[in-house]
Amino acid sequence: MANTPAQSAASRKTALNSMHRKMGARMVEFGGWDMPLEYSGIVPEHMAVRTRAGLFDVSHMGEIEVEGKGALPLLQKITCNDASRLQDNQAQYSGLMNSQGGFVDDLLVHKIADHRYLLCVNASRREADFGWITKQNDAGARVRNVSDDYTQLAVQGPRSKDVLERLTAVDLGALKYYWFTHGKVCGIESLVARTGYTGEDGFEVYLPPSESERVWSEILEAGKEEGILPCGLGARNTLRLEAGMHLYGHDIDEETTPLEANLKWISKLEKGPFLGSEVLARQAQEGVKRRLVGFQMTDRGIARDEAPVWVEDRQVGKVTSGSYTPYLKRSIGLAYLPSEFASPGQRILIEIRGNRPAAEVVSTPFYRKPKN
Amino acid sequence: MYPAQFRYSEEHEWVQAEDNSATVGITDHAQKELGDVVFVELPKVGDKVEAGQACGTVESVKAVSEIYSPVSGEVKEVNTALAETPEWINQDPHGKAWMMKVSLSAPAPLDRLMTAEQYEEYLRKESAE
Repeated sequence: MANTPAQSAASRKTALNSMHRKMGARMVEFGGWDMPLEYSGIVPEHMAVRTRAGLFDVSHMGEIEVEGKGALPLLQKITCNDASRLQDNQAQYSGLMNSQGGFVDDLLVHKIADHRYLLCVNASRREADFGWITKQNDAGARVRNVSDDYTQLAVQGPRSKDVLERLTAVDLGALKYYWFTHGKVCGIESLVARTGYTGEDGFEVYLPPSESERVWSEILEAGKEEGILPCGLGARNTLRLEAGMHLYGHDIDEETTPLEANLKWISKLEKGPFLGSEVLARQAQEGVKRRLVGFQMTDRGIARDEAPVWVEDRQVGKVTSGSYTPYLKRSIGLAYLPSEFASPGQRILIEIRGNRPAAEVVSTPFYRKPKN
Repeated sequence: MYPAQFRYSEEHEWVQAEDNSATVGITDHAQKELGDVVFVELPKVGDKVEAGQACGTVESVKAVSEIYSPVSGEVKEVNTALAETPEWINQDPHGKAWMMKVSLSAPAPLDRLMTAEQYEEYLRKESAE
């Protein structure tokens, strides 16, 4: 028996770092950040979000502001989804493309107003994204990395609206999925978005870092009745995996395209040319050689990231994300497979410590939240 | 916390040796580090295990850990119930979540293992690092 979780060393800290430590979170290094891995445990935190509510500090995520007349042309050039379809106060999941149609990052594009957008990007990619966007900015947009201006808290779970409602006058019920508004939360002017990375109803609140500790504590206090739990990145990962959502650096990267990653729905070729669009158009026409698929173990065993995937006696791919997931109580994962093996029902083998237990390709998401 | 009749390894296994046989499990510290255990792979009855060598695995949601046998010998019995109830490892690591019973081929290397008191001191040092 040896300890495997990496202990956190010196790395970047969110405004809530000392709060996490004071509250007894187990910390971990993630994307250069010292973040809570878990508070009470991945399983109870995961279950709290599926059945009640959970609170996450996701301030390590980056924010980039794109403004001016050149803002929309720039976004249309560098992202694969169609930002021109956004209305004020609407958010969109998209991909920041390189010139080969690979992902520099995946991101949320928020349209604040005409000529004004706020991008929410991955922690480990914020500098790379900012550099790439700036480099591609021949439209004269103003691009600013404003990551340090925000604390981002995610309140997720079927009861998250009930919890947050006690702390804001914002009409949360009127806020549709993937829309946002500005308003006061705990008396602090914030951006409140009905978005998340858990497959559950929930909100992401962007607020000034100076108020982080108070707002964090007030949300936990307000959610006592619902049994809200503070949650770490461990549960965030198992929740997003159950929901079939991608993790940058694992399921998508510079080498993978939206079509290969099962993200055709954010690949809007009809909007006109953008970075890498000719590669995507060719893939759309000819079909992709490999596809990201979901699988579940049919034999005993837990598939982990990087585990080789076999079809009969041929290695055909690798697991990009794999875990036991607490709500479904199954071992599931994502892997890139040659397209001929990517259909649901395909039997595959996952190499785990020299053995090759069986698994089956299934459609994603693995988990879908119940309809209200 | 740590039973005085056990001996402990640096890899966080406990062993209770009696005459020529020993019972082995993982410590309370080990289960806490792992978090909720969801999967266990144990050796089979009849397998030979060797002190310091990996003989099985324990998996939680977040991590995989190998079980290192603290003793050498032949596996006489394994706790097969753990396959269905791996949560016992979190609930009762020093009791009903014992993992295997080994018939010793050599006397248990008790001098290389720690007493409860030494193990607690070892944990204090490890957490201070």
